Amino acid sequence: MGDLLNIFIKSAFIENLALSYFLGMCSYLAVSKTVKTAFGLGLAVIFVLGITMPINWVINSVLLSESGIFSTDLTFLRLILFIAVIASMVQLVEMIVEKFSPSLYNSLGIFLPLITVNCAILGGSLFMVSKEYNFSESVAFGLGGGFGWFLAIIAIAAIREKIKYSQVPPALRGLGMAFMLTGLMGLAFMSLMGIDPAAF
Amino acid sequence: MAEAKVAAKQSTIGFGKAEKKLLTDPLDSNNPVTVQVLGICSALAVTTGMKNALVMAIAVVFVTMFANVITSALRNSIPKAVRMIVQLIIIATLVTIVELTLKAVAFDSYKQLSVFIGLIITNCIVMGRLEAFAMANDPYKSMLDGIGNGIGYGIILLMVAFVRELFGKGELFGTKIIGNTSEFLIDTTTTWGLGWYANNNLMVLFPSAMFVIGAIIWAHRAWNPSLVDVS
Repeated sequence: MGDLLNIFIKSAFIENLALSYFLGMCSYLAVSKTVKTAFGLGLAVIFVLGITMPINWVINSVLLSESGIFSTDLTFLRLILFIAVIASMVQLVEMIVEKFSPSLYNSLGIFLPLITVNCAILGGSLFMVSKEYNFSESVAFGLGGGFGWFLAIIAIAAIREKIKYSQVPPALRGLGMAFMLTGLMGLAFMSLMGIDPAAF
Repeated sequence: MAEAKVAAKQSTIGFGKAEKKLLTDPLDSNNPVTVQVLGICSALAVTTGMKNALVMAIAVVFVTMFANVITSALRNSIPKAVRMIVQLIIIATLVTIVELTLKAVAFDSYKQLSVFIGLIITNCIVMGRLEAFAMANDPYKSMLDGIGNGIGYGIILLMVAFVRELFGKGELFGTKIIGNTSEFLIDTTTTWGLGWYANNNLMVLFPSAMFVIGAIIWAHRAWNPSLVDVS
């Protein structure tokens, strides 16, 4: 259990998908104008990461690996299968959100289908493979990574809401400032690299 | 009836003002990176060097163009509920074509870029244009839109790579331009008196790409004030 908690904390803070690896930047920058929409997208990302990670783990170890049911090395199919799983899960989330919260659906706009191509999701699955996690660890990694991304997008959305009241040069307002802020936050997060939560 | 409609649409193939706009808009007022905010991840990953950025830009132009054409041709027969899976399979197929072509034609670039070529699948420019344009327009217009957006993305990529490679490594396309050197044919220290420059390691790190793109957006909007956020 302690191991799982370590993986959760590590993937949420130290190896933050958004601010340490800069994955999923498109939706991160475009949907962070207000905390409300950022909150919705962040939850959707946690959900999709938390679901796709274990499914992809099962696919990778049961279908694709040499010790799986086909007993041949099928890892060249990994990318296409992972993407297919992610795409179907996102489609599912889209249908659920459209049904239960049309206003959130409208404000997320094109960025809901774009979770599919949010590299944080595919990147997370590929990290999970390269780190050789087992099933429960991959669940913890997926939820932790999603939570870290959620925190990052909430943080930048809150900063952007506040910075509206500052005197930013007109041409830098909005998107330009968001890029600069993300760069600064990334620099700050680099100071967390190399911390080992197991040591505490 | 439906066939007559298609024929009427196809008869509009030409190169008038509207078509030119499709091609030039993404270069300026509708740039995929600085205005639509698409494809940032790969813009961060491949811009440490000009050469990688150039190969990546060409690959993306190819993929956006053909993905747009194919999706647009199929747009009336794709059911809405599975459209993302269909789009992704089209993109993944095209990316595989690019990957195999590079492997055969330019093996050195392939070895350097292998991971990033796969990343085109998750480059949201391709998917974003399919969703926003190709699903609603005919193949010819979609082709122009794809080319325009690919080039608009490539230009930003090359600009960022120029700054990062020049100031991060003192090189352009792998050739030493500024900074102290002893292992190159032209000794920049004596030839151009640029030996005083020490490499800025920040420029090689990811956050610097954010700063450079932010600065490009700043310059772009200062030059084209209609893009400035009013909110």
